[in-house]
Amino acid sequence: MPELSIDGQPFRFAQGTTVAAALMSSGDRCSRTSVSGQRRAPLCGMGICQECRVSIDGLRRLACQTLCRDGMRVETQP
Amino acid sequence: MTDAATLQGHAADVIVIGGGIVGAACADELASQGLHVLVLDGQRPAATAAGMGHLVVLDHSAAELALGEYSVRAWRELASQMPDDCAMRTNGTMWLACNEEEMEEAERKQAALSEYGLACELLSGAELAKAEPSLRSGLLGALKVSGDGILYAPNAARWLLQRQSSRVVQRHAEVAEVQGNRVRLASGEWLQAPAVVLASGIYARELCPDLPLQAKKGHLLITDRYPAQISHTLVELGYVTSAHKGNGPSVAFNVQQRPTGQLFIGSSRQFDNHDPEVDAAMLGRMLRRAMDFLPGLGDMTGLRSWTGFRSASPDGQPLIGEHPHQPGLWLAVGHEGLGVTTATGTARLLAAQMLRTLPPLDLEPYLPQRFIGARAHA
Repeated sequence: MPELSIDGQPFRFAQGTTVAAALMSSGDRCSRTSVSGQRRAPLCGMGICQECRVSIDGLRRLACQTLCRDGMRVETQP
Repeated sequence: MTDAATLQGHAADVIVIGGGIVGAACADELASQGLHVLVLDGQRPAATAAGMGHLVVLDHSAAELALGEYSVRAWRELASQMPDDCAMRTNGTMWLACNEEEMEEAERKQAALSEYGLACELLSGAELAKAEPSLRSGLLGALKVSGDGILYAPNAARWLLQRQSSRVVQRHAEVAEVQGNRVRLASGEWLQAPAVVLASGIYARELCPDLPLQAKKGHLLITDRYPAQISHTLVELGYVTSAHKGNGPSVAFNVQQRPTGQLFIGSSRQFDNHDPEVDAAMLGRMLRRAMDFLPGLGDMTGLRSWTGFRSASPDGQPLIGEHPHQPGLWLAVGHEGLGVTTATGTARLLAAQMLRTLPPLDLEPYLPQRFIGARAHA
């Protein structure tokens, strides 16, 4: 089974899983931290609300619009 | 809440229509002079919420320079009292020159602003590259105007409306009609006061159709948060020399980094478009222009884009003073893209006229009489 990491924790996924779905099954289920320090999680699931932006291999991406790939580094902190 | 019965005859010393940055600054200034102010706001989308909050001294005319300089100085004096969420920063404006013509404009501007006592400094291309390393290489130089700033205008307006709460009362109400110093609300209720101030920006013409105001649509985009990479508000000198000179749709580079780390990107201008929808072609043009200056923008994530309307008078200066045909109705409108910058000065010029005190600047260039003359059929 392919594997990626979320904040350093390994996560195994089935092909076709979005990063947003992976976030829902791991850690605190959040994607990022807001300006005021609140943790935020994916909301709309269709690329509009921008709540699910995460860092993927160092670049800012929308988790709900990104499919998991083997070896990806997903970071939700800070 | 204000007691409804007391409102009927004499709602307050002054009724201000519009709780955006201009109305808020007027209410605050009049309250500082001891007056009781009722602010009516319909909560419609308007320029205070849409705009960039760039405090910038422009100098297309002596009047623009005088009002801008006075107003930005007034904002800086308020800065120490402002709450953090107003995000006020004196970050300075960097006017960028791409070619010889724009460098000459930078030199002209430097002479004009220096003569007026503003701190500003010409930078060579190399000095600019050192000060703002995210900019593309090859720019000819820049003029740095140190006293300019940025703020978050919706919170600044809220603060101005709340800080003298014993004398400033806010009421959520849509105004349907104005007759001199009388105001009819959408509910049918009439209010009156010795003075009514019209400060409803782009909506002022609905209540006062003889105002010579034209809407100029603008697009804006804000990115996700990124580490600090821009120190000043970056504006191309083409903003004044070419890009926004004609009457056709135009774009010009104007970017600031908010204290949150977000890059706030403008600007576009359209005269004939009253549709608030984002126009993808115009937004695309604006972003391509921005990427000409900041190549790294292409790798950043844009979070939101939106539009707003600048309410412009024929000579670009606001109308500040009593309506020539409607005693008791005072105007604070027509600020185009500079309403946040000149709100403080507008408020003081208005209060000085209303209270017959010595105005801090020559009032003449801003008087409504220059457009609304004596009654032709009188």
